[in-house]
Amino acid sequence: MNNTADEKPVDLPEQHDDHTVGKPLLKDPKISVRNANVFYGDKQAVFDVDLDIGANQVIAMIGPSGCGKSTFLRCLNRMNDTIDICRVTGEINLDGQNIYDKKLDVVPLRAKVGMVFQKPNPFPKSIYDNVAYGPKIHGLANRRSELDQIVETSLTKAGLWNEVKDRLDQPGTGLSGGQQQRLCIARTIAVSPEVILMDEPCSALDPIATAKIEELIAELSENYTIAIVTHSMQQAARVSHRTAYFHMGKLVEVNKTQKVFTNPEHSLTESYITGRFG
Amino acid sequence: MDNLHIDQHISQQFNDDLEKLRTSLLEMGGLVERQITDAVKAIENADASLAEEVMEREDRVDKYEVKLDKSCVLVLARRQPAASDLRLVMTVIKVIRDLERMGDEANKIAKMAIALNDQDNIQRGYHEVRHIGANVVSIVNVALDAFARFDVQAAMKVVREDKNIDREYTSSIREMITFMMEDPRSITHVMNIMWALRALERIGDHARNIAEHVIYLVHGTDVRHNTAKEIEKKLADKM
Repeated sequence: MNNTADEKPVDLPEQHDDHTVGKPLLKDPKISVRNANVFYGDKQAVFDVDLDIGANQVIAMIGPSGCGKSTFLRCLNRMNDTIDICRVTGEINLDGQNIYDKKLDVVPLRAKVGMVFQKPNPFPKSIYDNVAYGPKIHGLANRRSELDQIVETSLTKAGLWNEVKDRLDQPGTGLSGGQQQRLCIARTIAVSPEVILMDEPCSALDPIATAKIEELIAELSENYTIAIVTHSMQQAARVSHRTAYFHMGKLVEVNKTQKVFTNPEHSLTESYITGRFG
Repeated sequence: MDNLHIDQHISQQFNDDLEKLRTSLLEMGGLVERQITDAVKAIENADASLAEEVMEREDRVDKYEVKLDKSCVLVLARRQPAASDLRLVMTVIKVIRDLERMGDEANKIAKMAIALNDQDNIQRGYHEVRHIGANVVSIVNVALDAFARFDVQAAMKVVREDKNIDREYTSSIREMITFMMEDPRSITHVMNIMWALRALERIGDHARNIAEHVIYLVHGTDVRHNTAKEIEKKLADKM
């Protein structure tokens, strides 16, 4: 080594191999991802991710901006297909079926794996139609009464029914931010999904609306598998069973949430969740 | 991770908050250490005025406990610490409790020093107090060092030493009983010595608790209610 005295040693993280630490794999997973890579043009955004997501479990994906967590989440219902330059390799199985199979129709896939976005984005339609739209186009209801039932059940599950039952004909965009987000969750639930993906669902909401959504996540996890991307570490700690930490496109650590927030295995996870320089 | 890097947060204020917790705790530890040393000295040298000084200073130990408790609550409320930061705050909360109890025990020893001073010239038991006292002062010192440097090896030393102190305590109690049987006039005197020995033994236990908290702080492994061997086994892959 020809280091001169005034050259500072490079500050390497304690662990710097590419292997994901913790327990990324499960028995009988709902979703199983192997060797997933995502490219935007010639830039790789996600590197070799192996991860299982268990049925009726909430998994939180955390990591700094640009770490690939949202990109990864969007792979799970082929939302990245809508971006022309985006290419996904590897295998993603839902109940053992490869969702990137060329013969697979993405429309029913996206009903089965629903998504809630960062900004509430209700359709410019009535509250009723926002929820009824999906079941209508997927042919889930034959009669008006059935549709009414789906709308009521979905809004009830999303914890919104009591607040809106008397004004179902009013525009969804007229609701408060938190109510709009719960409307979007009701819209997702209406098409009977099995998995719900949430991309920072509370980042535009106040603490009260956030608490309601978090409460809802806990209730929904009894029937649905939920993957949530969040920038709020406390939120990840509160709502999830497992936590996955992404760093520069790599899945660094997956462990039970309790372990990640009290005694993480990887030094990069530790640095991130404690607010140190990573 | 032996060094917890508590000074490397993006928030300088958070670094300062945690550093303040650590230094205040070490100040409190230093004070308690002095209380124990002086209380033992007061018995050894039959120095009632030193014993009274110890009893007067007890109040300062309590104030440290209240102050540090408050600081910990503020850090929890403001920063919602996680991982090693959370373990540090939890450890401080627990360690100050042990230190406060050690202070109480030192106070008891000081009271015994005064009581012994008021009594006759029986010389029984001083040797035991001196011997166990020196060992206890030494492990309290090592336990505080272990916290200051987040040093698990030092913490393990405390765990092992505490066992020796417990053994010495049991055998000296047996000896004290013999003294009382030999000479019933010495009962009051020997009872006071026994109270002091009991207080020292308790201080040793608190030092061990601190050592266990340090192990939890550094490795995140809860080692309470385990023997030294069991702890070594639990930490085998981490040391």
